Amino acid sequence: MATSKSAQVPVEAFSGRVSTAPVTTLPPRHSVLVRVTHWIITLCFFALLLTGVEILISHPRFYWGETGNVLTTPLFQLHIPSSRRLVPTGYGYVLPDQNGWSRALHFEAAWIAVLTGLLYAISGLFTGHFRKNLLPSRADLSWRALSTSIAKPLRFERPSAAQASSYNGLQRLTYLFVIFVLFPLVVWSGLAMSLGFASAFPWSVTLLGGHQSARTIHFFLSLALVLFLFVHVLMVCLAGFWNRTAAMITGRTGTHKEHI
Amino acid sequence: MIKVSRRKLIVSGLAATAGASGLAVAARLAQKYGLVPPDHGGIYGLGETLTYASQRLLTRHSLAREFPRSQISPRPFPNYLDPLTEDFKRLQVGGFADWRLAVDGMVAQPASFSISELKSYPSRSHITELVCEEGWSYIAEWIGVPLSHVLHLVGVHPQARYVVYVSMEPDTWDSVDMADALHPQTSLCYGMNGSELPVAHGGPLRMRLPRQIGYKNVKFINRLTVTDSLKKFGKGLGSNSAEYGYAWYTGI
Repeated sequence: MATSKSAQVPVEAFSGRVSTAPVTTLPPRHSVLVRVTHWIITLCFFALLLTGVEILISHPRFYWGETGNVLTTPLFQLHIPSSRRLVPTGYGYVLPDQNGWSRALHFEAAWIAVLTGLLYAISGLFTGHFRKNLLPSRADLSWRALSTSIAKPLRFERPSAAQASSYNGLQRLTYLFVIFVLFPLVVWSGLAMSLGFASAFPWSVTLLGGHQSARTIHFFLSLALVLFLFVHVLMVCLAGFWNRTAAMITGRTGTHKEHI
Repeated sequence: MIKVSRRKLIVSGLAATAGASGLAVAARLAQKYGLVPPDHGGIYGLGETLTYASQRLLTRHSLAREFPRSQISPRPFPNYLDPLTEDFKRLQVGGFADWRLAVDGMVAQPASFSISELKSYPSRSHITELVCEEGWSYIAEWIGVPLSHVLHLVGVHPQARYVVYVSMEPDTWDSVDMADALHPQTSLCYGMNGSELPVAHGGPLRMRLPRQIGYKNVKFINRLTVTDSLKKFGKGLGSNSAEYGYAWYTGI
């Protein structure tokens, strides 16, 4: 890895060269591995979301149990037009069929996201990333600490520089929930819909209540992840969008830019 | 300007070489053990190959879930059907008495079978779910002769790798590898829920692969060709679906 000439913080002691600019010896806000996996998964997430919506509009109806089709009563349906003629939508037109490339990209992005996620999770266990950065302390979990971390952003209060260098209890719990609950469940419910996977691991479908239940659960988990994305981006904006985003790209906290 | 130490350069060079040769070896091994699907090219080839290869390793012998009779869907949804051809209508009027399934390619004895001949062979029925790529599904009892039985009758050459199946519908064909072709649940299906397979569901004969998505279960089959390569069929992608962007392997 090369260091840029304009870098104020020597990222790597290995290069042995120190620039003349003021130097802070702070470690990077996010490790290289966290930064790289973060953006790969971000890219995959948007691909999965877009293609997921495309696949969904070919049958915007949801069921519970093993089976469901236009001849059975749905659990609920989305009142949107469909890309299939035989789906009763109440709209007088049919959207173009995008399922071919959507399915291909959905599964390809899922593969890359899962492999990247595994790399992140396994290395996170070894490097102590989860223990140091995401596991909340007892003090983090006190009602007072938690209510402060809810109240502050609601008052649009920007975190102080010290607070911005680590996560509060609520953030830690949320990230752990997304990483170890939502992501595994969305992968599981997705795989449960695969007929090949289900033939090797039939319990993966039966535990979720059947093929159509798995599909409905997959939909709600995706909604939960989209909700997380909204709140996540909102909090990044509140903390200073460019500053936080730069920290996730270059690793530098760049406190000098805090006023932007 | 970017400064790179000599040691870094050498280490990265070695790592890149090791990575590239590792990938090349993996690709050769995957090809050798039949883990590369015919539609492995293009930007989605990585995903298609990962899915096919991993499912081949995990699911070669696993059976699709079967259900109790009580779970059979009362109204199986046949989906949209293109208008039937004149040839098909003529056979339909004659009760498919003149209909034949032709089997050719890399076989010891090319042959053709009438529906009554197929029905005279040991049948296998299974109550399995048909899942459409759109997301809907239903459960039915599917009655037919295992594809493996017909393949044994004609004597498949040992170097055969795929079975291509062609529909009476224009430009409709698909193929499976030998693992799927010889799978005990893969059947040439002529009956459904205790009676004849309705034309809307692909009668007189439908390829039934309960471990793959609906569109792979092609309706109105009348020809099988055993082959060692899919290159000469259409654009070489393994199915007409693959030619308009739908995956060849649909275990997912």
